[in-house]
Amino acid sequence: MAKRIDATDVTAYYGGFKAIENINLTVEPKTVTALIGPSGCGKSTFLRSINRMHEVLPGARVEGSLTIDGQDIYHRDVDVTAVRRMIGMVFQRPNPFPTMSIFENVVAGLRLNGVRRKSILDEAAEKALRAANLWDEVKDRLGKPGAGLSGGQQQRLCIARTIAVEPQVVLMDEPCSALDPISTLAIEDLMFQLKDKFTIIIVTHNMQQAARVSDRTAFFSIEKTGDPGRLIEYDNTQKIFSNPGQKKTEDYITGRFG
Amino acid sequence: MTTTLTPRRSRPPAQPASLRARRLPGYAAPALAALALLVAAGIVYGVDLGGPVLVVVLGAVLYLAGLFVAANAVEGRRSARNRFWSALIHSALVLAVLPLASVVWTLVSKGTARLDGDFFGSSMNNIGARDANGGAYHAIVGTLEQVGIATAITVPLGVLCAIYIVEYGRGRFAFTIRFFVDVMTGIPSIVTGLFVLAFWVLIVSPWFNDGQPGFSGFAAALALSVLMLPTVVRSTEEMLRLVPAPLREGAYALGVPKWKTILRVVLPTALPGIVTGIMLSIARAAGETAPVLLVAGGGAAINFNPFENNQSSLALFVYQQAGEASKYSPARAWTAALTLVVLVLVLTVAAKLLARRNRLGR
Repeated sequence: MAKRIDATDVTAYYGGFKAIENINLTVEPKTVTALIGPSGCGKSTFLRSINRMHEVLPGARVEGSLTIDGQDIYHRDVDVTAVRRMIGMVFQRPNPFPTMSIFENVVAGLRLNGVRRKSILDEAAEKALRAANLWDEVKDRLGKPGAGLSGGQQQRLCIARTIAVEPQVVLMDEPCSALDPISTLAIEDLMFQLKDKFTIIIVTHNMQQAARVSDRTAFFSIEKTGDPGRLIEYDNTQKIFSNPGQKKTEDYITGRFG
Repeated sequence: MTTTLTPRRSRPPAQPASLRARRLPGYAAPALAALALLVAAGIVYGVDLGGPVLVVVLGAVLYLAGLFVAANAVEGRRSARNRFWSALIHSALVLAVLPLASVVWTLVSKGTARLDGDFFGSSMNNIGARDANGGAYHAIVGTLEQVGIATAITVPLGVLCAIYIVEYGRGRFAFTIRFFVDVMTGIPSIVTGLFVLAFWVLIVSPWFNDGQPGFSGFAAALALSVLMLPTVVRSTEEMLRLVPAPLREGAYALGVPKWKTILRVVLPTALPGIVTGIMLSIARAAGETAPVLLVAGGGAAINFNPFENNQSSLALFVYQQAGEASKYSPARAWTAALTLVVLVLVLTVAAKLLARRNRLGR
């Protein structure tokens, strides 16, 4: 269920602006990888280029090679929707579909991709909601609107929606930055459980969070505003936070950065 | 120290000793209003200038001035300004509601006289100037058919056009389309009527009408749809733009294709607003007289077929009855106007309810 991701010389642009340059990195299956770094260093851009969400913005494009278990994601013959079904994504702000109920939100990915059978949808919804630790809180009100939940519940709903389509990889773009500490803890616990089945890549500004949840950590940085972001260091989380190989990494994680 | 660079600041207000301040008593405002009206009446009738309207206007001005002075004397400057502007804003509200209420009142009071079965059950066929009966059945049929066909043409076209502009259009072409839709908004209805008259009635329709130009309800519907299109496109466009981008991204990230995202996520989210825009355009089209007069020709008899022969409409009926030299026709005109307003109101409420039923109750 989990796959390995290889990035080779990945460079991404917004129109004429080069946001990241020559990122090389390998993500092992069934691990949690944290991307950390200052604002504007391109972590989110890199994350979004992994499931081809980067190109949704007008003028945005990606160069270099990204493969999932050896298959080139950016090959000309690749169906974008297939890539995105294989590599799911959770966003910074919870974005449940406002016209849909909790149940419909969870099965939206299945239903909009053609699954109609009620029994399959019911089963998938319960499984995903249980996996997202939300089942007990919402099982009695599956018909209520998803937007009526609290922020933390909405984010777990979005995670449930993402894992309901059974992706191989789950990308999380600062999934806890809009949440309170208790909801954050709930989602971090969830990541530990999901690790058994999925490869998880998470962008976070919270270094304690990176240290708590991730196996591997990649540190991105920029020289100055307007320069492309680069991968400075990529290693085991333990090593990055105790004995970083680069001076810049050390400066950043000890809070001495710019 | 330079003095030129430091901005001149008034000193911060002194801290008041008490949080309470003197206030005008509660009866002050109504008492002032009554006093202002009395004084105004005295002045107006004293100099013998005008009637009650002038009394109210002058009274309002005096009331505003008096309120400001009184509040300024008792409560202080800030509070006086607050009272003055609140009173002004409320007067603006009254001024805005006044004509609306007056229209509704006039319609209801004059329109109920002929609100009978005859009016809704018969046409103007064979009704002479001395006949008290006669009705608007044919006009109601005409309005419903013409507006219905126009809506059936405009809604798919307009919504698809807006989807193109918002979701797919890039660059010069989309910009050009937007620009021309904006230009279309300003086309007077008589011009769309002339356009359809020249293009459809005089050139196209003779092909399948034995060489004769054919006036028809359908031609009126075409003219109305030209009028409705820009409103539908622009309002739908605005509503689609209001749908947050993260919703679209959320659907894309689930592997949902773009067209399905638009159909199942974006459109339902924007639906209530789109329906409002469509209803506004329907209301406008239902009230148009000129295009119907030009290309449907009007007519006194009931004609259910919108594709052949003359048809009337409620707006046209009002126009014709208002100009008729019969003492019975003004009553018919008022009732038809009332019918038109109620018809649009009912349609709007029904559409809103339908659109809301789609959304989930909290």
